[in-house]
Amino acid sequence: MLLGPALGVSALLFAIGVGGVLLRRNAIVIFMCVELMLNAVNLTFVALAQQLGPQGQVIVFFVMAVAAAEAAVGLAIILAVYRHKESVNLQDVNLLRG
Amino acid sequence: MHEVMFWGFAGVALAAALLCVTRRSAVASALWLVLTLFSLSGLFVLLDAQFIAAIQVLVYAGAIMVLFLFVIMLLNLGRAGPADMRGWLGRGVAALLGAGLAVELWVLVRIVRGGGFAAETAAFPLPPGELGRVQAAEGAVGMLAEPLFRQYLVPFEITSVLLLAAIVGAVVLAKRKI
Repeated sequence: MLLGPALGVSALLFAIGVGGVLLRRNAIVIFMCVELMLNAVNLTFVALAQQLGPQGQVIVFFVMAVAAAEAAVGLAIILAVYRHKESVNLQDVNLLRG
Repeated sequence: MHEVMFWGFAGVALAAALLCVTRRSAVASALWLVLTLFSLSGLFVLLDAQFIAAIQVLVYAGAIMVLFLFVIMLLNLGRAGPADMRGWLGRGVAALLGAGLAVELWVLVRIVRGGGFAAETAAFPLPPGELGRVQAAEGAVGMLAEPLFRQYLVPFEITSVLLLAAIVGAVVLAKRKI
């Protein structure tokens, strides 16, 4: 029975991802931390699918598709910002600050 | 044996995730994240999700991380600047909030494993090991294809529209002149 340990590992991975988002300033690394959080949630789905039926694994498919779409659009946005500001540091992206 | 491998993969995944978050260089972060994704796919195999594990390696470690590395190298971010991480105050706050969240989730897991959830755990539809037997009977792909193309057919089709929108959006955003 690995349900409890899997949920614990996924909780720790998610917390590491959140810490990374708060810690870093590089937009690409923050993106990677978001991917880490998505993967932690995938682990939860797969662990619970063992008890609740294969539908949980189907949801993981959808999460992966959304993650791929998000990575493509997000990286395009980062490229556009870099072209404009010559930087991917989030401190330099302060257009809306008063 | 099962448990030993589980904890091995879990330890590698957690250590690589920590290194991914704390390395200054973006390339190093990306490569540690690849290691995390590989160990997670090992965990998926141990949790009776062989096909998801294969997709994890192909799509995540293969396609998405290559996209990340490609952008990092395109923008020439291999060497980290001094301002890549927050100052000591920011680091302390980030560690504190992350640790707080970890403790909260851990307590939640303990509640799930312990008293509060026990009645429902007994009422789980599948007994332990049943999913592995289903997988052996129907095959790793067949077990997923059945719900994916019956119960979740409409979300599946909508996902294809989402991917098309993402492709068009990425092209429009990355083009200099439309």
